[in-house]
Amino acid sequence: MTLFDRKAPFRAVAAELPADGAPLNVSRRVFLGGAGALTLAVALPLRRARGQAADAPPPPAVPAFLELREDGTALLRSPFVEGGQGIFTAMAQIVGEELDLAPDRFEVVNAPAGEDYLVMNGMRLTGGSMSVRFGYDAMRRLGASARAMVLAAAAQELGVDASELTTEPGRVVHAASGRSLGYGELAQAAAAQPVPAQVTLKDPASFRWIRQPVDRIDVRDKSTGRAQYAIDLAVEDMLLAAVVHAPRRGLAPGEIANRAEIEGMRGVHSVQLLPGAVAVLADRWWRARKAVEALEIAWVEGTSETPMPADFSSAGWKAQMLALDGEIADAEVEGDAPGTLAAAETVIEATYDAPFLAHGQLEPPSAIARFNEDGTLEVWTSNQAPEMFQGVAAGLAGLEPGQVSIHSPILGGFFGRHFVYGDANVMPEAIALARAAGRPVKVLWTREEEFLRDALRPLGVATLRAALDAQGLPVALEAVARGEGPTGRWFGAPPGKDDSAVEGLAGKVYAIPNRRVGQRYAKNPAMLGYWRSVGHSMHDFFYEGFLDELAEAGGRDPFELRRTLLAEQPRHLALLEAVGELSGGWKRGPFEAEDGSRRARGVAMASPFGSEVATIAEVSIESGEVRVHDVWVAIDPGEIVNPAIIEAQVQSAVALGLSQALFEEVVYEDGAPQARNYDLYRILSRYEMPRVHTRIVRSGAPMGGIGEPGLPGVPPAVVNAVAALTGQRIRSLPLSNHDLSAQSG
Amino acid sequence: MELTVNGEIRQVDVDPDTPLLWVIREELGLTGTKYGCGIAMCGACTVMVDGIATRSCQTPADAVAGAQITTIEAVEQDEVGRRVVEAWVANNAPQCGYCQSGQVMAAVALLKENPQPTDQDIADAMTNLCRCGTYNAVAAAVRDASNA
Repeated sequence: MTLFDRKAPFRAVAAELPADGAPLNVSRRVFLGGAGALTLAVALPLRRARGQAADAPPPPAVPAFLELREDGTALLRSPFVEGGQGIFTAMAQIVGEELDLAPDRFEVVNAPAGEDYLVMNGMRLTGGSMSVRFGYDAMRRLGASARAMVLAAAAQELGVDASELTTEPGRVVHAASGRSLGYGELAQAAAAQPVPAQVTLKDPASFRWIRQPVDRIDVRDKSTGRAQYAIDLAVEDMLLAAVVHAPRRGLAPGEIANRAEIEGMRGVHSVQLLPGAVAVLADRWWRARKAVEALEIAWVEGTSETPMPADFSSAGWKAQMLALDGEIADAEVEGDAPGTLAAAETVIEATYDAPFLAHGQLEPPSAIARFNEDGTLEVWTSNQAPEMFQGVAAGLAGLEPGQVSIHSPILGGFFGRHFVYGDANVMPEAIALARAAGRPVKVLWTREEEFLRDALRPLGVATLRAALDAQGLPVALEAVARGEGPTGRWFGAPPGKDDSAVEGLAGKVYAIPNRRVGQRYAKNPAMLGYWRSVGHSMHDFFYEGFLDELAEAGGRDPFELRRTLLAEQPRHLALLEAVGELSGGWKRGPFEAEDGSRRARGVAMASPFGSEVATIAEVSIESGEVRVHDVWVAIDPGEIVNPAIIEAQVQSAVALGLSQALFEEVVYEDGAPQARNYDLYRILSRYEMPRVHTRIVRSGAPMGGIGEPGLPGVPPAVVNAVAALTGQRIRSLPLSNHDLSAQSG
Repeated sequence: MELTVNGEIRQVDVDPDTPLLWVIREELGLTGTKYGCGIAMCGACTVMVDGIATRSCQTPADAVAGAQITTIEAVEQDEVGRRVVEAWVANNAPQCGYCQSGQVMAAVALLKENPQPTDQDIADAMTNLCRCGTYNAVAAAVRDASNA
């Protein structure tokens, strides 16, 4: 017997989507994050804040977001969740700037599920590197509105007109009389003021905190163990649950030979069957874990919305993708690439691939579910989209969304992990177990269960073909990706419209007159998810690696080729020059470094999530392994909020991009992942971390994303450097699968 | 069983082979020490046992009876610990922060044993994994703390 209908999460997600076509498209793109800024701007009513009064947005729900306290501090309920990207600090900077309250006077929490926080066309999620760029105007208006309310309260208190008042951080000043009042003294009266219909935002020239490297507001709590994640939370009278999942999706628990014995173990409350899993509830998680792992479970064929074939292997899937034929759905077409290719004398063709990837965020998934006496449900769990979780939880529990509270603690890393993703998410188990036990239940997955059930970055395969003219310049380029993207999976985006399946092949800015980017769709049996920088995480590697192949075939230096192809793109050209300069001037090598090692450099560019990035990497080969010494990144997000956080995010993106380039690969055999912990799924350690040099270029273009854009350029820059060093062109990640031992030295 | 944690003697009623991590988290309610991998690879669970950085997820409770166990909650009760925390704050080292309790404890243990570590010493001692890639900021913080 199962405790819940496993189809419910999918139905609930679908129910969250707008019914008519146009908003759905926008929602997809919002979720995807790879679409153009224009679409997203339209998607956000609050983006119109800069517009005329006639189409001005409704005033923000100030009391829902912001609470001024009598001690002069503020509680900000952020629409976006903090998971390391620094969003709470950025939100405090932005709101604080307009409110005139120092960022370190803010406590920031993730807002509960609720309509006030649906700041993106009736949705909200933390992803797609969207939080700052699409929360920016709304949060500024929020701060400015709150400041106006404080001023109105002070005007009443002092018996003067608000126009005579000014503020300095945390204080209202009446210069004429020399009187002043702290925000704390005005907090109660300010809350009672009406929210102004219109506010004037500050002139950026007078910014005090925005664009400054303001310290992160959570750094001390995170350096002393005080920061609380989902795993650290507890509610009264809760039971702890540990779970073992079927080794393969689609299997279900059958006979349990030693159930009575296990139920008699110390602290054990009960053994519970779940769809594709068995749980033990106990008074301590460790006892539950020992008990659940001692169960002798016969796994039998069951039913699943997303069954994994018993003979599924990642190698087999790759072979299937390499052989995939059939219709190509066009995603981006300019000129006549097929015609030009057919008539060309010089055609270069290559097929690239990248493996399934796991998120590997350091905090394992956990969730607490509690049914209250009034029939409502409360859930505490790591998530990037509270209303989506609320809808799913309501569907599972047979409640209205308004009867479900979602508490969203800070995330111990996410990288795209914490969407619902059907049975890849822990929350449905907590809800089912809380109902079965009649008590609050906290479920925590072991690292091994997390690797077993994670939603994967899809394995990607693409074939690229290009025609070169007599000067060795590409005149046509065709790129066809094969398989399925996460946006196709979770939001129904059809082939050709699923940016997550082609971004990084599409959206390139080089002057190649004839271009065609398409997708050959094939449904992937694996559970797919978003992974930091999504399609860009592999497609820019395919494209930029191939571009280096074209340079070589055309007898051109790869940096010079890019310069030539960007001659009409001043923003990108400037960025390419910037990264060249940052690295001390472009030199490809091979050359001898000061330590005597032979090294070379590679370059790559990417246009992810509204930002532009140019990357150079310097590599050598040590004992057959690629060693990356330095990575130079020039990033142009248009405009910025916190340069220190941008630098930190570039460091982070370089680390993850390099990790996947060097080692990462989820290998499936017989329908099951082979690595169940970091011992077999290797991630970047301190030893492999390169020096990272960042230059932020503020072109003044519309604000782009920061969390993800630093990643896509890293794998191709490294692979291109390896090719420069060894002459070996690697078209398949990770690099650790390739024998480079002959190249040591 | 009797354990000495952060200078206090604590009575805990657990099976002797219960990992120290779960004794700390579940019996003592000290949640600053994190569970990451459970196989002593990632270091999120690092505490000090008699001043030595120790991965508590693979340390049975009965193996540390009688030892001085120090968790992140007590880090600022110690001169080196305070210095390390200040260096962490000054360098804005954490991102998601989940691994940082372990990173800080590993740094404190290193600096107690070797107050002036070289970059190589830091690399050798600080083997904790960080999925956010804070490695450079963490190394800078350790250097700052050692120079303070």
